[in-house]
Amino acid sequence: MKEPGAESGKNETPEKKYLFDNPRNVKILLGCFYASLVVLLLIEFLLNKHPHFGWEAWPEFFAVYGFVACVVLVIVAKYFLRPLVKRDEDYYD
Amino acid sequence: MTDAVPPVLIFVVGALLLPVIPGRLKSAWMLLIPVIGFVNLMYLGEGTHFRIDFLDYHLVLGRVDKLSLLFAYVFHLISFIAILYALHVKDSLQQIMGLLYAGSALGAIFAGDLFSFFIFWEMLTVFSIFLIWARRTEAALGAGFRYLLVHAAGGLCLLAGIVIHVNQTGSIQFDYLGLNGPGSYFIFLGFGLNCAWPLLHPWLTDSYPEATITGTIFLSAFTTKVAVYALARGFPGTEVLIWIGAVMTGFPIFYAVIENDLRRVLAYSLVNQVGFMVCGIGIGTALAINGAVCHAFNDILFKGLLFMSMGAVMYRTGKINGTDLGGLYRTMPLTCIFCMVGAASISAFPLFSGFVSKSMVMDAAASGHMRIVWFILLFASAGVFHHAGIKIPYFAFFSHDSGMRPKEAPIHMLLAMGIAAFLCIFIGVYPAPLYALLPYPVDYVPYTAPHVVGQTQLLFFSALAFTLLLRAGIYPAEIRCINLDADWFYRKGGKVFYLFFDRVLNGINRFCDRFFIKGFVKALAALFKDIAARLSLIVMVSIWLLMGLRGERLESKKTNLYADMMGGTVPIGIGAGVSTLFLVLIFIFT
Repeated sequence: MKEPGAESGKNETPEKKYLFDNPRNVKILLGCFYASLVVLLLIEFLLNKHPHFGWEAWPEFFAVYGFVACVVLVIVAKYFLRPLVKRDEDYYD
Repeated sequence: MTDAVPPVLIFVVGALLLPVIPGRLKSAWMLLIPVIGFVNLMYLGEGTHFRIDFLDYHLVLGRVDKLSLLFAYVFHLISFIAILYALHVKDSLQQIMGLLYAGSALGAIFAGDLFSFFIFWEMLTVFSIFLIWARRTEAALGAGFRYLLVHAAGGLCLLAGIVIHVNQTGSIQFDYLGLNGPGSYFIFLGFGLNCAWPLLHPWLTDSYPEATITGTIFLSAFTTKVAVYALARGFPGTEVLIWIGAVMTGFPIFYAVIENDLRRVLAYSLVNQVGFMVCGIGIGTALAINGAVCHAFNDILFKGLLFMSMGAVMYRTGKINGTDLGGLYRTMPLTCIFCMVGAASISAFPLFSGFVSKSMVMDAAASGHMRIVWFILLFASAGVFHHAGIKIPYFAFFSHDSGMRPKEAPIHMLLAMGIAAFLCIFIGVYPAPLYALLPYPVDYVPYTAPHVVGQTQLLFFSALAFTLLLRAGIYPAEIRCINLDADWFYRKGGKVFYLFFDRVLNGINRFCDRFFIKGFVKALAALFKDIAARLSLIVMVSIWLLMGLRGERLESKKTNLYADMMGGTVPIGIGAGVSTLFLVLIFIFT
């Protein structure tokens, strides 16, 4: 399966620290992320909307829809689709 | 007339000359082909060029209008990028087939008649298959054969449709067809197969992840987009396309969430993106068609970029499964950034290319008051961010540390990805030049405050869902497995078919062997030998009796003669004598 030019890596010294090896950086990133969510929720009230559909004007419609859609997506994929279609890797062999 | 040559010719001649180009100039030669092609396009004025009279029909190799030109531009762009990305490949099979494949796509979009369109359409299949087989693994071989069979069926369907259509209308012109009459239904279905419609789609998700690293870049650009072009040309405003497109955007994302092979995740998201285009073509308004082809243009670039970044990972690590990867941002930061640009573009983040085209289709659906379709498309927009936007970069470059510290991608790959990434951002920030190329005049403004905020909210809260589900451990872990898809029907069905005919036909074969070959023929042969032996006994015994032979001597002569006749070891003289006698008898009795 190996393509030409493939290398197994591990050439570098294992001690070297990278950006997200430090848990603090992950925390900062998540903090920024959550803060931007709040800003997005608030900024909506400054807008003058002109929607095609009534529900587009509901407060935080897109935020709620995006969140719910993804939760539903994952739940359905994990608990319904996967048990239905998952087979061993050599199923067709 | 025009000073240009048919665009397909440049690629075909370029590919055929490639073997005689000395080794070191090959790379330059290949890169030059799309450049020359692009210059040629500049001289190709709108109108109808390159008419050829064939039998009673007029073939047109150069029907040039805004629709075909738009696809031609992006095909040249992606050819250049894909060739640059593939410069390390020394396999001349892949080089030549890639060029011929790109050439066939150009031939198809400029074909003004159904006959030459069909020829180029079939060439697309034939040349692309070598990009899959060139991987030279057993899985690639199998996937390639399935790809070939499915496309052969689709091609025949298209051919049947064309024959019926030409028979009915007497014209082979390829213009608006619409769904009227059996011919158009066959053509529609033939286009749909290459477009990866639901249930017809598994050829794509089956074969693209099995192709070579560089072959997949070519594959992701041409076959489906030529089909999108064909639908936009022949079936704009066909209502059923709206629903087909909506389903296409929806169902693949569920598969993408649980798929382990990251290139297969991208293949599913390719189906999802083509769904937006199909839906737009179905809506059929100027805005929707503009959105559909604009999205095709952008998709070729950002999907190419995503496949290139995953290809680079595969090239450096030899692995592509989510279970084997992770943490590669450490040593492949540029590839990681390019991947995220592609991810942001496909997810339609403001300032990235997907935003300026996908929103046109969404708006067209909203303008037509198609509530359910709009909701499905919005769901798909959130979903595509979820799997292509976050999952791909996250599992390859972040997630758990796989321990691998591969080198950054080679310079030519980085350049290719860089060009694609630049275009994704450029189009996203400044869409006016692309809008000017669209088939209908554009008075669409993507960057309105409510739209930007709404889309950003949608995406950020999808990201929030991903983050929370991941942290809660609910997000489905990557598992080594196969996920069944519609190809089950012909992969398992094929085996059942094979088994059935193995049993039935081989059973009949064995029966015939036993009863006819071994039984009947043998008995017949024995019978004829026996008859001959007995006849000669009758004759000879009468003679011997007349000669006065009796007792043991007669018995032994009889036994010897019978044995000789059965064994076929009669002295030649006797044989000749009997034959003569036989001829004499025939002569007397006739």
